[in-house]
Amino acid sequence: MTTMQERPRTADSDGGRTIKRNRRRITAGSAIVYASAFVLALVWLIPLLWALSTSLKTETDASLGQEIRWIPPEWSLEGYRTLFERGDHLVWMVNSTVVSTIVTILTLVLCVLAAYGFSRFDFPGRKFIFAAIIAGLMVPPQALIIPLFDIVTTLNLGDTYWGLALPQVVAPVMVFILKRFFDGVPRDYEEAAKLDGAGHLRVLWSVIVPLSGPIVAAVGIFTFIGSWNNFLWPLLIATDPSMMTLPVGLGVVAGGYGLFYAQNMAAAVLGALPLLIVFMLFQKQIVKGVAGVGLK
Amino acid sequence: MTTETKTPRAGDAAGRPPSTTAPPTREKPKSWTGLWFVLPFTAMYVLFLVWPTILGLYYSFTDRSLTGRPTSWIGLDNWTEVFGDERAWDALWNTAVFTVYSAVPLVVIALVLALLVNRARKMGWFLRMAFFAPFILPVSVVTMIWIWMYQPDGGLINDFLQNTLGVQDSAEPTLWLSDEGTAMWSVVITTVWWTVGFNFLLYLAALQTIPKDVYESSSMDGANWWQQLWGITLPLLKRTTALVIVLQLIASLRIFDQMYLMTGGGPNRATEVAIHYIYISGFEGYRIGYASALSYVLFVLIMIVSIVQFRLFARKEG
Repeated sequence: MTTMQERPRTADSDGGRTIKRNRRRITAGSAIVYASAFVLALVWLIPLLWALSTSLKTETDASLGQEIRWIPPEWSLEGYRTLFERGDHLVWMVNSTVVSTIVTILTLVLCVLAAYGFSRFDFPGRKFIFAAIIAGLMVPPQALIIPLFDIVTTLNLGDTYWGLALPQVVAPVMVFILKRFFDGVPRDYEEAAKLDGAGHLRVLWSVIVPLSGPIVAAVGIFTFIGSWNNFLWPLLIATDPSMMTLPVGLGVVAGGYGLFYAQNMAAAVLGALPLLIVFMLFQKQIVKGVAGVGLK
Repeated sequence: MTTETKTPRAGDAAGRPPSTTAPPTREKPKSWTGLWFVLPFTAMYVLFLVWPTILGLYYSFTDRSLTGRPTSWIGLDNWTEVFGDERAWDALWNTAVFTVYSAVPLVVIALVLALLVNRARKMGWFLRMAFFAPFILPVSVVTMIWIWMYQPDGGLINDFLQNTLGVQDSAEPTLWLSDEGTAMWSVVITTVWWTVGFNFLLYLAALQTIPKDVYESSSMDGANWWQQLWGITLPLLKRTTALVIVLQLIASLRIFDQMYLMTGGGPNRATEVAIHYIYISGFEGYRIGYASALSYVLFVLIMIVSIVQFRLFARKEG
């Protein structure tokens, strides 16, 4: 552990570029680091692997009291088949997709517009409105569920996509993040576009947004994941099983599948899949986005 | 993208000092144009955030009910009831207990994982995925898997304790989620597994910004790994640690999902947390007025922590 100085430290978190410095030597220290990191990673994956393994067993092999076996003694898609025969899992998946898509698109449109407005214009009440929105950063949405529920049901939006989606669109933090980024975008580009006769919306769409690609993408991805995983709000608003989102359906209805653990874990695996795919696709943006919270 | 030049346009910059800190808005006189950009968001913001905040405060002085009977003003009745309500205090206490139990491992484990991964660069992708992937799973997927692992008879965890480690008597299996002594810890363990990846990434990002020559010069002075950790790394991570702790506090005060799904607040209300009690008062007891008063107590608590966070951010800006 005393041979730290021989380890090349690069600031390159992507590991993409290869920087040739001191040749790496396998030392006792680094062997321990690698071994313990690897073991910990395996421990972390156990629940996921166990769920996957259980989901591929027959109900009999998956039931309690059976010997623990990581490799199914008899491979079976019984759990998945029962799940698809029930059909509700697919309905929840569709609901989640619809709601998260509405939330993501609306959040992006509203927040980008607002951030641009705050970043580039002065108008009566600008300071007041911005301060009010920043104050909203400190309001915990969970503490507003009671009056919010009252408002949404008064608007007759209970058990509807809009009732599920609209209250999730209000994300002051996204306005804040985007505005701060827009503030740093040099004005030269848009001046040039304006000289070419482009209007404000056109400048925003074809100059600012492309220049802010990564941050806009990050806002979109995080909004989507956040909305997909929201539990409390859909739990209140979707009381009809056919309007439930995936997390609520899995938690409330699938919880009642009882002791059919193969089916249960098949539901968990399928429930995990969409976001795991999103994660695989956007790993870089997601990791950078989280890092950005701390580095800003 | 049409111009690469950084030189200010003559007509544009004339007569003004080239200031980089002045707000961009100074460049233009006030006009109403900007308001149109801000308006859609602001409208939603008022309807779904400002209005419920006001409405909640108002409801807390009424006997508003979910049953739809007429609402009447009852003054401070809800509030005096809140402060005398033992179940409310218990719920707050449980929230605090969960916060403390979970915050420590969520910070320490995240830091340890980040230190490891920062040195095990060659497995970087795999390690980041393994530790962070659980964080993006829906809560119900997480709880389904853990309920299955916590099963007293034949669940993976008890089986490991009985047959692999041999530290548990199979006649007396641990009833993880239904024993008052272990239920809270069980939820804490699940939560750590689920969310530590976020803090881990924050730490990892901070670690990767520390320039390597800082370590090199101290190595030349003969500092070993342990001394460098305490002398260089941890002090440089102070701000990140503050951020992680505050974000963690705010997240923990809002805890609800895992309890609702794993223990239902039980056994014997041992894991009933603040939001859960608000939920029960409002949606099972139909008492919107009372639940609003309860909400406001939590609201104020989270607000206090958030203000601390805000100041932390503000100092960073300056």
